[in-house]
This record gives sequence, C-alpha cells and structure tokens, in this order.
Amino acid sequence: MSKTITIDELAVPFKEGQTIMDAALAAGVYIPHLCHNPEFKPHGSCKLCTVNVNGRNVASCTLPAVEGQQVLSDIEELNADRLALTQMLFVEGNHLCPACEKTGNCQLQAVAYYLGMMSPHYNHFYPQREADASHHDVMLDRNRCIYCELCVRASREVDGKNVFGLSGRGIKTLLVVNSASGLLGDTDLAVTDKAVQVCPTGAILIKRHGYAVPIGQRVFDHITIKDVQTGGGDE
Amino acid sequence: MKQFEFPEISRILTPILARHGGDASRLLQVLLEVQDVCHFIPSEAIDLIAAHFGVPRVNVEGVVGFYSFLSTRPVGEYRLLFSGNITDQMLGKDELMQYLCNKLWVEPGKVSEDGLVSIGSTSCTGMCDQGPAALINGWPLTKLDHNRLDLIAELIRSRKPVADWPAMLFEVVDNIHRGDVLLGQPFEPGAAIRATLARGAKETLVEVDKSNLRGRGGAGFKTASKWSLCHAAIAEEDGGVICDVGGHPERFIVCNADEGEPGTFKDRVLLNSYADLVFEGMTVGARVVGASKGFLYLRGEYRYLLQQLEAVLKRRREAGLLGETILGQADFSFDIEIHLGAGAYICGEESALIESLEGKRGRPRNRPPFPVTSGYKGRPTVVDNVETFACAAKIAEKGAAWFAAIGTAQSTGTKLISVSGDVARPGIYEYPFGVTVSQILDDCGAEGRPYAVQVSGPSGTTISWKEFDRKIAFEDLPTAGALMVFRRKRDLFQVAQNFADFFAHESCGFCTPCRVGTELQKKIMSKIASGYGTASDLEELKRLGHILKTMSHCGLGSSAANPVLDILEKFPDMVESKLKAFAFKPAFDLDGALATARTITGRDDDWAHL
Ligand SMILES: Cc1cc2nc3c(=O)[nH]c(=O)nc-3n(C[C@H](O)[C@H](O)[C@H](O)COP(=O)(O)O)c2cc1C
Ligand code: SF4
Ligand code: SF4
Ligand code: FES
Ligand code: FES
Repeated sequence: MSKTITIDELAVPFKEGQTIMDAALAAGVYIPHLCHNPEFKPHGSCKLCTVNVNGRNVASCTLPAVEGQQVLSDIEELNADRLALTQMLFVEGNHLCPACEKTGNCQLQAVAYYLGMMSPHYNHFYPQREADASHHDVMLDRNRCIYCELCVRASREVDGKNVFGLSGRGIKTLLVVNSASGLLGDTDLAVTDKAVQVCPTGAILIKRHGYAVPIGQRVFDHITIKDVQTGGGDE
Repeated sequence: MKQFEFPEISRILTPILARHGGDASRLLQVLLEVQDVCHFIPSEAIDLIAAHFGVPRVNVEGVVGFYSFLSTRPVGEYRLLFSGNITDQMLGKDELMQYLCNKLWVEPGKVSEDGLVSIGSTSCTGMCDQGPAALINGWPLTKLDHNRLDLIAELIRSRKPVADWPAMLFEVVDNIHRGDVLLGQPFEPGAAIRATLARGAKETLVEVDKSNLRGRGGAGFKTASKWSLCHAAIAEEDGGVICDVGGHPERFIVCNADEGEPGTFKDRVLLNSYADLVFEGMTVGARVVGASKGFLYLRGEYRYLLQQLEAVLKRRREAGLLGETILGQADFSFDIEIHLGAGAYICGEESALIESLEGKRGRPRNRPPFPVTSGYKGRPTVVDNVETFACAAKIAEKGAAWFAAIGTAQSTGTKLISVSGDVARPGIYEYPFGVTVSQILDDCGAEGRPYAVQVSGPSGTTISWKEFDRKIAFEDLPTAGALMVFRRKRDLFQVAQNFADFFAHESCGFCTPCRVGTELQKKIMSKIASGYGTASDLEELKRLGHILKTMSHCGLGSSAANPVLDILEKFPDMVESKLKAFAFKPAFDLDGALATARTITGRDDDWAHL
C-alpha cells in the first residue's frame, strides 16, 4: 500500500523520505519554487513553495511528506503571498529583464508571469552590486542574484570545488567567490561545471552564447513554468 | 593604516592557530582573536586560516562577513560601538554619540583618517539598567555621560591601551532588586549533583518532569520532554538501551547565553554572580541525557565575563564537580567549553547557535530534524537557556514538589525580569510566575504614569496601560525576561521604529520574506517618521506583517512585525498623527528634488514649485 497526502483535494502518493515538493512534482502537481532543483538537496530559502499543512505554513521543498497530511497550495491567499515574495526578489536586486540575456529562460521572470505579476509593487532598492567579467568563459552579474545558493551547492556537491559562497548578512548578503582577489577569473571554475548550468536567473551566464536562441523562441516564451517543471503542457 | 605583509600575518597567526588546534569548529574563535590583534581580518589571514582548517577560503570569508564584530576592512584601533537599544536612545545615546564624534573628528560609521578610531552603533549590549552603554574594543562601558566621554576622548587621543583605562568606566553592577528562589537563596556548589547521583539519572528526569519546568528562553518548551527526546534519540540508535548513563561521547548539552533580545540582561547577572548554579544545572542535564561534553555559547558582548567564568570552571574541576569521574563516580565525566559569539542576534536561535558553534555562519537550519535528534555535529543536542539550567539545578537539589508549589499551575517556579526604561530602579526582579505587570511597575518605581510596556523585547508584545493587570506567565504574557517601560509622552512610534531597525539589521538574510521584508518594514517606518507617510503605508505595514509572520523561516522573521503591528493596533493615534493627509504619497520627495534646481536657477516663482 502506498502512502498518500492530499494536495488541494487531490490524493498524491509518496514514498518514505520524499518531501511534499517531491511528491507533488512526481504527480505533476506544480508548486511554485525557485531555490529548489530536484537534482540537489532541498534548501528552503526562497519560500515561494510555502504551502499550508494542517493549518500551518511550511516550505514544501523541505518538509517530509507524512501520511494523511492535508496540504493547501493553489489557493488565493498563498498565491498572493508568493507574488509578494517574487516582487521582493525583484526590488532587492536590479532586474532589467528586457536587457538581460536570460529573458525568456529566466525562472524568476517565468514565476512572475505565472503568478500574474504586473508591477514590482514595492519601491526598488537599487542596490550597488558588482558584475564580474574576469572569467574567460563565464559572466557573473550579482545584480540578478536571488541567493538561492544553487551555484554554491552545485559547485560543492557536483563539481567538488567550492567556487561560490555567501557572505554578508540580511539585506547585505552577497555572493562571493573562492579567490583572494574576489574575482571569478582567479577561481578554478570551468565553463563545463555544473555550477554554471544551474542559476535560475541571469546572474551566471556563459559568454559568447548570447542570443543563440532568439527572444520569442525561448523556453518560457511558449510554455508556462508550471508545465515545464511538471512535464505537462503538451497533452 | 597598518597593512599586513605575509610574514607578519603568519607570525601573528601561528600561535593563535596552534592554541585552537585543527577542528574547524574553532574557526569563529580564531577570527575573533585575529580581529582583536589586527582590527580586521586581512585577506592573507583568511587564506592561512582556511588552509589551517582545511576549509575553502570562501567559507571563511562568509563567516567574517556574517558577524558584526568581524570585518574585512580595518576598523579603528579604538572601536567604540554605542548600544542602540531604545532604552539607550531614551537616555540620550544619539546626542552622546554625535558629541564624541565631534570631539574626535570622526563621522559615525567611519574610521578616522589616521585609523585611530571608529564610532558606530551596535544592537543592545545588555546593559539597559546602566546605560547609555557602549563597547570599546569589545569591553563594556556603562553609564556614559559627557564627562565620561571627555575622559574617553582623552584616553583615545593619548593612545592609552584600553587595558589601562580607569576601572570605573567598565563597572557593571548586578542591580538585583528582588530575589526569590534563584537569586535570594544560598546554593552550595555540588549539592544538585550529589542529589542527582543519589536519586539516579532516570529518577531525576522524572523530578524535572513533575516540576513542570518550562524553558526560560522564550518558547516555553517543557524541559523534561526535550531532555528525554535527546536521550531517546541515542537510545534508539543503540538498539533500545535506555538510560545508559556514563557520558556518551555523542550527546551534547548547550547553554544558550546569547541573550540578544534587546532589553534582556538577566543571564548576564546569573553568569556574573550565580555561575555555579548554571554550570551545575548543565552537569545535572548531562547526567540525565548522558552527555560528556557541554558548551556555553556566550554572546560576544559578554566576553568581559569570559575570564571569571573560566576560573569558575577551573575551580569546579578542582573540586571534582567537572571533568573525569565527577564526585568519584566512575561512569560520569562531563566538561564544559565556552564559545564566544561575535555580534549576531540570530545566533540565539538554537539551530543557528549550533551552526555558529560549528564555526559557521549563523543560519537557522531546516527542521525536522530538531537539535534533540540532530544537533551539534549531527548528534543529539539539548539547547537550553541559562536560567533554565539554574532552575534545573534547584529542582535536582530540592525536588519537584518544592518547585511546582511556586508560581501558577501552568507556569511553575519563578521568572527573572530585566526591568529598564522609565523607572526609578532598573535592574533584576525575580518573581513567582503569575505576578501582574502593575505589581512590577510599583516595585521598580515606574516614573510618572507608565503608558506602555514592552514585554519580552522587540519580538514580544507591546501592552498598553489598559492591560497592566495582565500576568507574567506562559498562559498570559510569556516572556524571555525583558520588560521595558515607557511613560506618558514617550514617542511610541520611535520605539517601534527602533525595533524595526533592529530586526532589519539582525536578519540573517537566508529567506526572502525576512531578508527583504524586514528591510521594507524599516524603510516604510522611516518614511513615516520623516513625515511622508500616508494611510496606504499603514496598509502596507499590515500586509508585510502578514507575510513576515506566515512565510518566514524562523522566529526572527515571524516576530519581526510584532512591535509594528502592536502599535498600529493599540496606539493608532501615535502613528496617525505622523501621517500626511493624502491617501498615497511616494517615498520620492519632489519638493526636495526641486530645491536643488531652484538654487541653481535662482528661481522661486510659482512654476518652480510644482
Ligand atoms: C531569533 C531568536 C533569538 C533567540 N535568542 C535566544 C537567546 O538569546 N537566548 C535563549 O535562551 N533563547 C533564545 N531563543 C530561543 C532558542 O531558540 C531556544 O528556544 C531556547 O534556547 C531553548 O531554551 P529553553 O527551552 O531553555 O527556553 C531565540 C530564538 C529566536 C528565534
Ligand atoms: S548566482 Fe544564481 S545560482 Fe548562484 S545564488 Fe545567485 S541566483 Fe542562485
Ligand atoms: S526569517 Fe530571517 S533570520 Fe530567519 S532565516 Fe529567514 S532571513 Fe534568516
Ligand atoms: S523552493 Fe522551497 S523554499 Fe525555495
Ligand atoms: S530576465 Fe530578469 S533576471 Fe533575468
């Protein structure tokens, strides 16, 4: 007998050790998320995946599924709160989507579309953040970093390198790299590293690949992030 | 400004690193010492320290960047940080800080050009009963006034080492005004351990359970439940062997002495004058859960207590109350190590504290698993407040019935209250649970007509004069121990703004709602304070409050809106009187922006005022 949880009235089976997010994705149920990537250990920082379990809000990407959990996810209140979090991510950084090479492939942008974000709502912080073009093949633009630590995790867990890390605290958190000069070019990052492939936004870009796919033909230009991440959309 | 060359930095580092050994959990302790000697952490030092511990450089840099007392750029040889709590502010902190800055020709938050001095603010240093307070190179200064600042400016200008400054500048007094079973009765070191050994570990757990002791650090979790969960976690791994006392190498007892909640200073007093009681409680806990190693996590602001606490530990070892075969019991060894914090309120949160103990950034972990099953280095760990351990020692000594007879049914025992603000006698008051706020206000000589009281610090509750008959108890007004009093005419909006600034400064930055939400809250409060607030800003504050409360990763974020929401609900006039009449006003000040243009063009006609 497989165990089940209920997500928005749908019975969803799960295996021991799976989180609510794991179970949902396996069943084709979309819960918005940014810092989660099924290839990596759950992190729990963006909080977009917050769901209500038996009356309490929790991050679905980190909470283990337990038989009988009543999960509310696709409800008005939570979607409004997720929208607010997405707007927060936009205003704390400098996201000029039309001028960003990642546009159309950016998960932040795609989640914003999915949640119906029409404006940033809050005043922009316009922080001073540094871009780093010192690496031969990779561009790092901190203006677009959302501190999901996917690059940190990928470099540590897959590449075995520790190229990235976080420093600072609170709103002054910043992405740092593993070199005394503070420059990406002085780290042992290679363009083939997993860390280069996982950034959900345009903070880490591969050089000389700009606009290989024209705007209008990119992943999220035609399919919603919901369908991309749950493998749906073509039925 | 001193720049360190490689040979010199390695000469400085070698003895420090040798003393701390190779375990990466010592990283933060090493960095504190380097900061002390160099007044910053030079880049070369980061490389050497990373190599020494075998951790990536980027991790060391991340730790340096996280803690307020560490820096990658030089701070002044004399670094003076004024305590920024609202109680310090009410005692004139802002003016005093400016006064000293003017005297020493330095801007707040900057380093003087000769590198001699830097002056800034820091979160509450736990001296609210004897403020305005500050830290000079980490050492607490109390009762600051113009005379003392004149003297301090002179000492700095003449480059007198801080160790040679007059002792009266550093005097910290206990200010105990009411003692009860913890503070008012003598305690014989060893009494609680003897009673525990005589009774047995299992039976002592039963006593703690029957006493109904609940944690004094804020959350009020039942202490016996935590202890037995920690014990059970190992028992399970060991294949169900219950109560194998005798110092299991893989269970830990941690005493939380981070005391970062602004307005709280009772753990300072316990550690200063009742350290035996606290260490004894930890030892009793160790016997019950079967731990052989304990940590005291001492906030950086209290490092002036470090030496005397080490002396108490040494004395206890010599008396056979700590170390191998405690009181001759062959299967009982337990020792305590003190770790210093480095200026981060979040490290009071138990899982962030454990990260910090491991030498990392103080970021709260994902739960489950909880520390009782997976804590320090992934092992079962009990984290309890200083006062909780003091109570546990008393219970072990005198029994559950004695303790449970004090206080109320749901809140047994006594509570230490740190009283500050507009009162004649600020300090420590120990009461049985169930005492009313008005009783405390009478006893401490609340000045004029007390108008509002902040219970349990910024993350607690603001109560108005209408609620003064409420009781201090888990079932009514739970508290970690702070009680800040505000008389009539105090600007309560300024109080809430101070707290909003505090949370924004202390957010660890891990999760979106708190990292960005506390900053947004701070910005809106500042907009209202400068006269640009409108009704729509109040709606925005409520909306932010909802997001902080319901989406945050830990207790910091989820309580960060409390003071703002409380003042909006209980003292709406105090906020509304600050608003512009408009329904909406942008943060952008059009008139201010045009003023520059008017000056340049020399125009002051109607068309120059849009
Ligand atoms: C942001 C934050 C700060 C905290 N600071 C402290 C603290 O300084 N001291 C403390 O004992 N508990 C603090 N706590 C509570 C601890 O997480 C934990 O509940 C407590 O140490 C448990 O001890 P107790 O059961 O004896 O109360 C804090 C919690 C949060 C969320
Ligand atoms: S650079 Fe990209 S992957 Fe790395 S933390 Fe920032 S947003 Fe995440
Ligand atoms: S709520 Fe705040 S302090 Fe807590 S984890 Fe999130 S960002 Fe950090
Ligand atoms: S996806 Fe769960 S917190 Fe980011
Ligand atoms: S498109 Fe907005 S961050 Fe890339």
